[in-house]
Amino acid sequence: MTSTAVIDGQQPSLRTHVHDAIPAGAVHAKGQQHPIKLYLVVWGWLFVLSACSYLVDYFGLHGYLRWSLILLFMVLKAGLIVAVFMHMAWERLALAYAILLPPVLVLVFVAIMVFESEYTHLIRVLFFASPT
Amino acid sequence: MAETALTNPGESAVRATGWRGIADDWSSDQRAFKNVSWGKAMMWIFLLSDTFIFSCFLLSYMTARMSTTVPWPNPSEVFALTIGGHHIPLILIAIMTFVLISSSGTMAMAVNFGYRRDRTKTAVLMLVTAALGATFVGMQAFEWTKLIMEGVRPWENPWGAAQFGSSFFMITGFHGTHVTIGVIFLIAIARKVWRGDFDVERRGFFTSRKGHYEIVEITGLYWHFVDLVWVFIFAFFYLW
Repeated sequence: MTSTAVIDGQQPSLRTHVHDAIPAGAVHAKGQQHPIKLYLVVWGWLFVLSACSYLVDYFGLHGYLRWSLILLFMVLKAGLIVAVFMHMAWERLALAYAILLPPVLVLVFVAIMVFESEYTHLIRVLFFASPT
Repeated sequence: MAETALTNPGESAVRATGWRGIADDWSSDQRAFKNVSWGKAMMWIFLLSDTFIFSCFLLSYMTARMSTTVPWPNPSEVFALTIGGHHIPLILIAIMTFVLISSSGTMAMAVNFGYRRDRTKTAVLMLVTAALGATFVGMQAFEWTKLIMEGVRPWENPWGAAQFGSSFFMITGFHGTHVTIGVIFLIAIARKVWRGDFDVERRGFFTSRKGHYEIVEITGLYWHFVDLVWVFIFAFFYLW
């Protein structure tokens, strides 16, 4: 990161041809190199979290407990993958927010469709459900 | 003139961080994603678009499932297997999840060895990733075969709501396609790494551009995304 910044500041002419002029090694020689141990630890956690979500089903938990656990494990797994495996934790915030905010806004769509499907369900129960 | 605008010579070597940094990066006529190459930025933007597609699939599945008055099949039982006389619920999907997570682990390490220019380890780890991916697709083929034999179709299934069939084939099929494309992508890049294309700066046959080791990280981004999508499918389709 520092090397890129120095190149930008001191040799401006390189910027226009950045891909041709600077071999990848110069820009990324130190880029995204982290200790192997870090990846192994994350890998282990992903295993543990997956096992936990499986056990939620295996023990047949139900109701809010089931859903809070499933969502908790899901978010933790997704967070570990994006932050460490996809290196988002080390990217500039300008990229992180550009990529992470739009999917969060999908939650608005989810909320709309929850209302919509509950309404549809109600109408179906009222008018179409076969009497038992 | 254009060059002056692009290069922004007044910029200091150390960039601001936090909200100030975001404002600086996005303002004025310059590249927003400073230290990120176009290749990596474009892969991220593609993955964002793919996120929307998978979101739409999962959302339409949610809408169908929440609005139907017909009972929904219990995935825990549908995907159960009897192994050695023991009836284990959802075991097939659990194994598939562990296979995919392991492939993400080997891929992350391949990226690391790529930047260290360790050709052998990078190529081998990428091929292991591809093999695990192929295993996943194989298990998915087994899963599809089993369900088709039991009478599941996109328009019906023996256990209740017909939308179960269409959601199942649509969501897992689209994900499986992504895994298959990923396996091909991995093998192609592993071959280039193995041959030393990025050390001798051999030009690609299609673009005639010089590749570099960053492509390993870009391939990794795609692969981890496939794993990421599975996290959500596992939670919403198989555990719900």
